[in-house]
Amino acid sequence: MTTRQRTRVTVNGRVYEREVEPRVTLADFLRHDLHLGGTHVGCEHGICGVCTVLIDGLPARSCLTLAVQADGMEVTTIEGLRDPETGKLHPVQQAFVDAHGLQCGFCTPAFIMSTVELLRDNPDPDDEAIKEALGGNLCRCTGYETIIASVRLAARRLREQSGPA
Amino acid sequence: MKAASFDYHAPPTVESAIALLQRFEGEGLDTKLLAGGQSLMPMLNMRIARPQVLVDLGKIEALDYIRAEGEAIAIGSMASKRAAEDSPLLREQQPLFHAATLLIGHRQIRNRGTVGGSFAHADPAAEYPAVALVQDIRMRAQGPNGVREIAASDFFVTFMTTSLEATEILVEVRLPPFRPGTGWAIQEFAKRHGDLALAGIAVTLRKANGRCEDVRIGAFGVNATAVRLPAAEAALNGQSATTENFARAAAVAGESVAEPLGDVHATPDYRRQLVKVLTERCLAEAAARAA
Ligand SMILES: Cc1cc2nc3c(=O)[nH]c(=O)nc-3n(C[C@H](O)[C@H](O)[C@H](O)COP(=O)(O)OP(=O)(O)OC[C@H]3O[C@@H](n4cnc5c(N)ncnc54)[C@H](O)[C@@H]3O)c2cc1C
Ligand code: FES
Ligand code: FES
Repeated sequence: MTTRQRTRVTVNGRVYEREVEPRVTLADFLRHDLHLGGTHVGCEHGICGVCTVLIDGLPARSCLTLAVQADGMEVTTIEGLRDPETGKLHPVQQAFVDAHGLQCGFCTPAFIMSTVELLRDNPDPDDEAIKEALGGNLCRCTGYETIIASVRLAARRLREQSGPA
Repeated sequence: MKAASFDYHAPPTVESAIALLQRFEGEGLDTKLLAGGQSLMPMLNMRIARPQVLVDLGKIEALDYIRAEGEAIAIGSMASKRAAEDSPLLREQQPLFHAATLLIGHRQIRNRGTVGGSFAHADPAAEYPAVALVQDIRMRAQGPNGVREIAASDFFVTFMTTSLEATEILVEVRLPPFRPGTGWAIQEFAKRHGDLALAGIAVTLRKANGRCEDVRIGAFGVNATAVRLPAAEAALNGQSATTENFARAAAVAGESVAEPLGDVHATPDYRRQLVKVLTERCLAEAAARAA
């Protein structure tokens, strides 16, 4: 009885138009229909945060959003962060590499998406602001210290890149 | 897990959404409204809820606003909690509502979750319903017969249940003016920052000649809905604002709260204790803010 629904979503700058079953989450749509496996799936009920993507620029849980709800919206995933011309990692990605912000890496894309938004609004967050922004993401490996260090490193590099204020 | 199948509609207006609700009710279909999905989607994914049809309010732009209406502030039900968090109007004029917003989940949840959804979902541990009781927030519901206003005290019925009819949509919550000089506080205890509270307290009070008046205490996470604690309010009304009197009123709060919930996270006695401690802290904080 369920009718498939025509859905038009912009993902990482590219427009996709697909017929989707309404019950398909944005996470599954990204992974299975668009083959963008960088967005991970853990609990599927909003607790772990590993499915975090940017929806219209704001971090959100893609397991708690239906693909059909994203109709007309812009989604950014971890695959969309790399510089399309040079292929270089995004400064936040590079900072997570350099400051050892990951071990198994399962949670990493989600932490990076949340960090990208944090640093866009707040180029010099203190530890409180970092914890508040990342509090919705769980990591079972790192103990979080190196993640916070990665965010601080990314923030410093992004500030240096954009020159003195 | 994955949600069971359902049909999906995303009408552009409140009227067309109500027409759909009426139609599906007539057809005997189990229908749910979808707002931000931050409570409904987990229930669908875990198959706690298996509606046959979802009516998504997400395309109704007319419900997405936060604006001053005279002295009051009107919030469209589809305004996100992130919009409430970022709203200078709420930050400056409605400090208690704003502080409550910051206690709700995480930023990722507030970005999608709506203000209206938090009222309509009526989770016993949610912050907004307690603030609604303390501040006399009024709900506006629209149905086939037009719009009606519902007082907070009539809106929350029991666990996850409001007095909204099956063909009604919550369209607005309306915050009465926050009187300057009113002291306020909201505190909660949760296992992790951002989790739903095991217990929480919201307080407003006024001070005149060093005495407390118009004390309002709301508790959440302890009963089937948020509740006011009238015995504790009475214990402090007319009394001077001293730590002894706060402790005395807080003790009454802990004793008078009726049959607290008990679950794997907290026993009824533990919740009673939390009510007492959080009330004492909130009263002190609110009194310090009162002018
Ligand atoms: C990890 C996590 C932590 C959370 N922590 C908290 C917390 O600390 N405090 C808290 O209060 N909440 C918390 N929540 C819940 C969150 O605030 C939800 O956003 C909110 O409860 C529901 O709003 P929504 O817009 O997401 O509604 P949905 O999930 O879409 O809908 C919830 C229910 O309300 C009904 N509904 C929604 N809008 C309307 C309307 N306009 N008219 C009639 N019915 C309507 C729906 O039919 C559904 O039954 C948390 C959620 C998660 C995933
Ligand atoms: S998969 Fe855990 S929050 Fe989405
Ligand atoms: S690095 Fe393994 S879960 Fe975070």
